[in-house]
Amino acid sequence: MKTDWRERRHRWDIRYAPYAYIAPYFLLFAVFGLFPLLYTGWVSMQDRNLLDGDAATFIGVDNYVQLLTADPYFWNAMGNTLSLWLLTTVPQILFALGIAQLLNRRLRGRTFFRMGVLLPNITSVAAVTIIFAQLFGRDFGLINWVLDLFGAGRIDWQAGTGSSHTAIAAMVVWRWTGYHALIFLASMQAIPTSVYEAARLDGASAWQQFWRITVPMLRPQIIFSTVIATAGNMRLLAEPLLFNPGAAAATGGSDRQFQTAALYLYEQGFAKFDFGYASAIAWLLLIATVAITGLSYLAARRIRTD
Amino acid sequence: MRRTPTLVGAGLLAAALVAAGCGSGASDGKTRITIGLFGNFGYQQLFEEYEKAHPDIDITDRTASYSDHHKNLAAHLATNNGAADIEAVDVGYINQFKANPGQFVELGADVKDRWLDWKWEGSLSKDGKQIGYGTDVGGLAICYRRDLFEAAGLPSDRDQVSALWPTWEQFMATGKQFAAKAPAGAKFFDGGPTVLNAIVGQAPTGYYDKTDKIVVGDNADIRKGWNLVAQGVADGLSAGLLHSTPQWNTGFKQGQFATLACPAWMMAKIKDQAPETSGKWDLAAVPGGGGNWGGSYLTVPKQGKNTDKAVALAAWLTAPEQQAKVFASAGLLPSTPKLYSEESVAKKQDPFFNNAPVGKVFTDAARALKPQYQGPKAGDVQTEMGNAMQRVEQGKQSPDESWNQFVGDVKRLES
Repeated sequence: MKTDWRERRHRWDIRYAPYAYIAPYFLLFAVFGLFPLLYTGWVSMQDRNLLDGDAATFIGVDNYVQLLTADPYFWNAMGNTLSLWLLTTVPQILFALGIAQLLNRRLRGRTFFRMGVLLPNITSVAAVTIIFAQLFGRDFGLINWVLDLFGAGRIDWQAGTGSSHTAIAAMVVWRWTGYHALIFLASMQAIPTSVYEAARLDGASAWQQFWRITVPMLRPQIIFSTVIATAGNMRLLAEPLLFNPGAAAATGGSDRQFQTAALYLYEQGFAKFDFGYASAIAWLLLIATVAITGLSYLAARRIRTD
Repeated sequence: MRRTPTLVGAGLLAAALVAAGCGSGASDGKTRITIGLFGNFGYQQLFEEYEKAHPDIDITDRTASYSDHHKNLAAHLATNNGAADIEAVDVGYINQFKANPGQFVELGADVKDRWLDWKWEGSLSKDGKQIGYGTDVGGLAICYRRDLFEAAGLPSDRDQVSALWPTWEQFMATGKQFAAKAPAGAKFFDGGPTVLNAIVGQAPTGYYDKTDKIVVGDNADIRKGWNLVAQGVADGLSAGLLHSTPQWNTGFKQGQFATLACPAWMMAKIKDQAPETSGKWDLAAVPGGGGNWGGSYLTVPKQGKNTDKAVALAAWLTAPEQQAKVFASAGLLPSTPKLYSEESVAKKQDPFFNNAPVGKVFTDAARALKPQYQGPKAGDVQTEMGNAMQRVEQGKQSPDESWNQFVGDVKRLES
């Protein structure tokens, strides 16, 4: 009788204990991920002031219709987000591949350099942005000073669309390239040397080895990095916000030239207190993120493995 | 019983968490009053004075930038969590907050007589609830750099300077004289949006009419000011800096501009940003006379745990005696008119501004001030207007194009 009970408990343990072990994650996800997501969806169908939730009225999909058909600033913000996504993701991955390749050689103080590339990533994003905003300053910025030395003239980085996107992309790329480089480096070291030896015997140059062997072998990591970078860049907020300090920070420049979708959400929710409208932007941004992440996954998957 | 250690560990962890939770209360038996501020309110000495008189109170202040502060406050009110016991609110945001008076403690009207009438009414909700005690009012003057004026061959004596510009047209004409002989790198004013704010602050009607309708697009006074400032920008008088940005702060240190529209609180900003320019500045009358820009209120959010003590502190901080002390230390203009005739205020001079009679200039300005009605989203309209003028300054649009976009932008605020 007693053994039977122990036996049964043992079988229960084996069958259900794994669920108990992973339960905390799913509980936390439900509380901090799923619930806010659904609640945001509910709020997005209301006309609701941030400060006065009691006076909210249900308006169905009006916010979405307004955003998609009658709000040029929303489309402007989506366009800026896409532009910044292209300007950050592609260079990030390419630079990271190059740096990983360099770090994979026999260097003096290898560990020092390998750890060094991660430093930008662990610095506070606010500090990074404030320093970059100074570097890109119009009158006394270091970059304009250098441009001036070479007679290229000064650029009002914040004023233009292309120039402001370049400056913001520089901050993001600087911050994240090292992170991706370390991921690539780790998997480069797992590629068997015999493959390269065989290639060398066949007369493949270093460049050919890199494109024909290293890059295809890194495919899963490149896919991972692209997806991570894409998801991160779709919610780009701190860099454009802090690049434009002052009372008008949330508009992303005098003509919204670098207002990202996340920044537009912030402006609607926390400057104009239009909570329902901001929630609708959040949902559209989620949909766009899923779509674009899917696209970049498909694109990265096209790297050939043969 | 191999699981025991885990259970004990979990128990300890839980106990530690509970202990940590309890630890956040004041352990020395004092009541902690937090106060959320932006910029320099000149309160540090007052806090010490109050703590000495009330040994059971411990005051903690936290200061953020102007826009961060107000956005944080909105978020804390919306989630009913995290607001300080006392929260400062600028006049640009007070209307948005007073539209929901239920989130603030209603303050007693027994001390109503302390304030300028329009200051009291500025934070009174439509149903007659008072949510904020007035701190300072802006008032207006022009701060100018004596050394740069001299270098450009202009008079530097403050009375002579004031006589140069009875109107904004003459202010711009002086600017052209300045530009003709100015030292390299020095412009006449800091940026178009700052000057425009001063001009808007003088108009009888600002962005809104009294029915809360945005009328800025049809406001002839503002359009006239817009054209004037846009012309000044085209004439090369503007340093193209947006106030309260790091570039603007650097502009002080580098002497990039010779004049600045100066509400009283702006003087504290200049001292904070460029202490090394002490003595080079002076104070002249504002063109057009009078006018207001800025000024704040202290509110007490209902979610606080010690609202009674917070109200007492807010009332004390905004009492005439304390406003006089703030004026003496930080130069913020009191909102309590009985001080304007007191010697300590009216006769105050400021060595940073070449011993300018700041007391007289600002009390005169405050007396001449005709209050302007501020609608619910005045702060947002001001932001859009600043952006619009900046587009002109950056050469992105012509003044007319930018004005038309501005009018469209503020229409969206109403919907």
